[in-house]
Amino acid sequence: MAVPKRKTTPSKRDMRRANHDKVTPVQVVACPNCGEAALPHRACGACGFYKGRKAKAVKATTA
Amino acid sequence: MRHKKAGRQFGRDTSSRRAMLRNLTANLITHERIETTDAKAKELRRVAERLITKATRLGKVAYTAQSELSAADKARRLHAERLVSSYVPRFGVKADGTKVDVVEKVMLDLSKRFEGRPGGYTRIIKLGNRRGDNAPMVYIEFIDAAPVTDKQAPEEPAAAVTAEPTTAASASAETASTASSGETASNE
Repeated sequence: MAVPKRKTTPSKRDMRRANHDKVTPVQVVACPNCGEAALPHRACGACGFYKGRKAKAVKATTA
Repeated sequence: MRHKKAGRQFGRDTSSRRAMLRNLTANLITHERIETTDAKAKELRRVAERLITKATRLGKVAYTAQSELSAADKARRLHAERLVSSYVPRFGVKADGTKVDVVEKVMLDLSKRFEGRPGGYTRIIKLGNRRGDNAPMVYIEFIDAAPVTDKQAPEEPAAAVTAEPTTAASASAETASTASSGETASNE
């Protein structure tokens, strides 16, 4: 059975992981209505606005 | 291979998938706006819009009174009505408990609202991913549905319940209402 002759060096291991195993940060945009961070192309989680109109019901905030 | 086979399977058999889609359709027609997963909404769009088109295609025949229709128009209307009722459950219940005749709403209300519009009766608004399974959730709504209002209700019943055992019902109701109105004012 084919078996690796040498242990993979930390360098080789990290070079492999640097590409296809990398974690990309979540893209966020500032909500044009309330300024909160919001996911693009989605109704704002904080104020419920999307494309300049009320899109999603949001619980009334106390304080 | 799945090549050119349109539509999603949802990991269900035909019967279960059909049942799900007809229930979603009835719920959309009843409530005008429903929250569901992105994939289900996109599939629902195909199904629901085709159903409504059966009514809109009749034009005025769909919603004018039976007594003013010719025999031929009555037959066309009856046929469309039967096509619609063969797909959706007859009645839906709204959040306030009122019963809605789904078939009647398609024929009398939606056909008038969407008359002359070549499809595209619904809008999908993405809401973000669901906690639990990370499924992308959306609202699917009729394009002329009433605008969304914020949830105010949960505060007042909670205040009323805590206040009632100690003080008189009328007094607590007054304090609750003034308290809540003060809160909303300070929020704005």
